[in-house]
Amino acid sequence: MALRTLTTRKTLTTFPQQLRGLQTFTLPDLSYDYGALEPAISGDIMQLHHQKHHQTYITNYNKALEQLDDAIAKGDASTAVKLHSAIKFNGGGHVNHSIFWKNLAPSKEGGGEPPHGSLGWAIDQSYGSLDKLIAKMNAEGAAVQGSGWVWLAVDKELKRLVVETTANQDPLVTKGPSLVPLIGIDVWEHAYYLQYKNVRPDYLKNIWKVINWKYASEMYEKECP
Amino acid sequence: DALEPYMSKRTLELHWGEHHRGYVESLNKYLEKDDILYGYTLDELIRVTYNNGNPLPEYNVAAQVWNHDFFWESMQPGGGNLPILGLLQQIEKDFGSFSNFREEFTETALTLFGSGWVWLVLKRNEKRLAIATTTNAVTPLVWDDIPLLSLDMWEHAYYLDYKNDKARYVNVFMDHLVSWNAALARMARAQSFVNLGEPKIPVA
Repeated sequence: MALRTLTTRKTLTTFPQQLRGLQTFTLPDLSYDYGALEPAISGDIMQLHHQKHHQTYITNYNKALEQLDDAIAKGDASTAVKLHSAIKFNGGGHVNHSIFWKNLAPSKEGGGEPPHGSLGWAIDQSYGSLDKLIAKMNAEGAAVQGSGWVWLAVDKELKRLVVETTANQDPLVTKGPSLVPLIGIDVWEHAYYLQYKNVRPDYLKNIWKVINWKYASEMYEKECP
Repeated sequence: DALEPYMSKRTLELHWGEHHRGYVESLNKYLEKDDILYGYTLDELIRVTYNNGNPLPEYNVAAQVWNHDFFWESMQPGGGNLPILGLLQQIEKDFGSFSNFREEFTETALTLFGSGWVWLVLKRNEKRLAIATTTNAVTPLVWDDIPLLSLDMWEHAYYLDYKNDKARYVNVFMDHLVSWNAALARMARAQSFVNLGEPKIPVA
């Protein structure tokens, strides 16, 4: 899974004594073609989702970071605090989507193949079976009002699996600081509308065919060796 | 297809036929089971189920039924242009100019996070017009303000026609779809509840 997140370092060197480095972000590449996830998710959606939506989050996140940097340098507390919602939204959007791309894989690269090893065992322990977990996540995902995400996470303190939902682009940690995302499913309408129209349950049913359990297992084994 | 090419027939078929219809059917199902709620008018139902910020499960569907009714009536074929008469005067009074209003409305619509609505409301207590945003299914009715216009900023409202180009959607709405006639009629009705000032009766 060679997903490289490219970061560029931009330094503001207007005043020699104020050498501040601001790290901005660029769009990470997908490790598969846009059309590789068909028919579960159409190539059109993947392209739009990646090149337009995710890119917009990154662009706006960078903008907000620069403004925040500026405000901090000037000691402008009220502006700094005002920017927080933009940072949470756009930064969250970037973080969430970066995880999402890794959560998906074409079926010939293992997408949809159920988890083996410790994660598979933990799922059976906590939920009875993979199918029961999927049913639960689908139900919670369908019930999200408006825009948001549904997550399978591991609580790294309690060492157990959790199913959670977040609204808008709130990152998972807003629901619990010790939650580590394993699988996130975007249930914003832009993630499925062109293909599934308003039938979000069909999207949720089909996306499991391209879910990359290998990545989820890796993440799980890191927290629960 | 009367709103083509600004809002496609396909969007309306889905938005009205599936989304709105879905909300109506869900609401009916809820009301079948609950006699008390069944007795309310839709406006009252929305206020009651909003429960002062802790909405009951019926709230979302009830409010979305109302919101979409309101939204359809906020548009017309051949819409756009400028408001007229008293509404224009009130906009100029409360926003400075129509272009200020339009700019603020567009800006607000584009900076809305997630799913929601943008409204032109008449604020009852302050006796002036304002632009409001609500998330998901919330409506200014619950704050006792009087909505005059709304724009659906849920992605399903524009995604088929404009993909993620929200700016174009909002501009097209302002240029070609918005029904100032409806807004004017609503404002006239609102004035029976809110006193917007003395009428300018010319002195003989």
